Amino acid sequence: MIELALDILSWFFLLAGSAFVLIGAFGMWRLPDFYSRLHPAGLTDTMGAGLVLLGLLLQVDDFTVGVKLAIIAVFLLVTSPTTGHATARAALASGLRIWQAPGKPHAANAERKDDDE
Amino acid sequence: MFAVTAFAVLIALGIALGRAFLGPTVFDRILAVNSVGTKTVLLIAILGFLTERPEFLDIAIVYALINFIGVVAVLKFVKYGDLAAASRGEDGL
Repeated sequence: MIELALDILSWFFLLAGSAFVLIGAFGMWRLPDFYSRLHPAGLTDTMGAGLVLLGLLLQVDDFTVGVKLAIIAVFLLVTSPTTGHATARAALASGLRIWQAPGKPHAANAERKDDDE
Repeated sequence: MFAVTAFAVLIALGIALGRAFLGPTVFDRILAVNSVGTKTVLLIAILGFLTERPEFLDIAIVYALINFIGVVAVLKFVKYGDLAAASRGEDGL
């Protein structure tokens, strides 16, 4: 009985995780600007990967395999925000302007009126 | 169920690769390649479970480590134009 419950729970996590991975990928495709694409990329790495790995963790019967899965999950949870931050910082340092809808100037762009604009 | 998840991750991988090709700025490409890397880690882990071979998880760990280092190295290269020259590192990175 408990086996069936664990299976169903892990299937739920796996499906939810793959849904988040797909939503993140679709977001990275559709969104207009690098900075807005940072969000779905981070979403996929933390939420999608976390749920999928959690789903795998429930299916595991050996302790060491579970520890490896936990190591991957913790490592992804730590490094994906770091890379996201580093990429955003490098982009901002190289002067990548934030996309703005036509018409109203974005606050971050407004303050940069001093350079070439 | 693993096959369904692997298929979803594969589709996401394709979309992220598409973004890597399309990405106007170099930072879109770095972001897409980083996302492809983490999705590959997921794919390896899932395939390890699909084919009942737990050794795949070691490969997934190594892949995640190298993916992180690779992205940071590319970022440093993009920012300083050279990996070796930037020993001053006055504002980090």
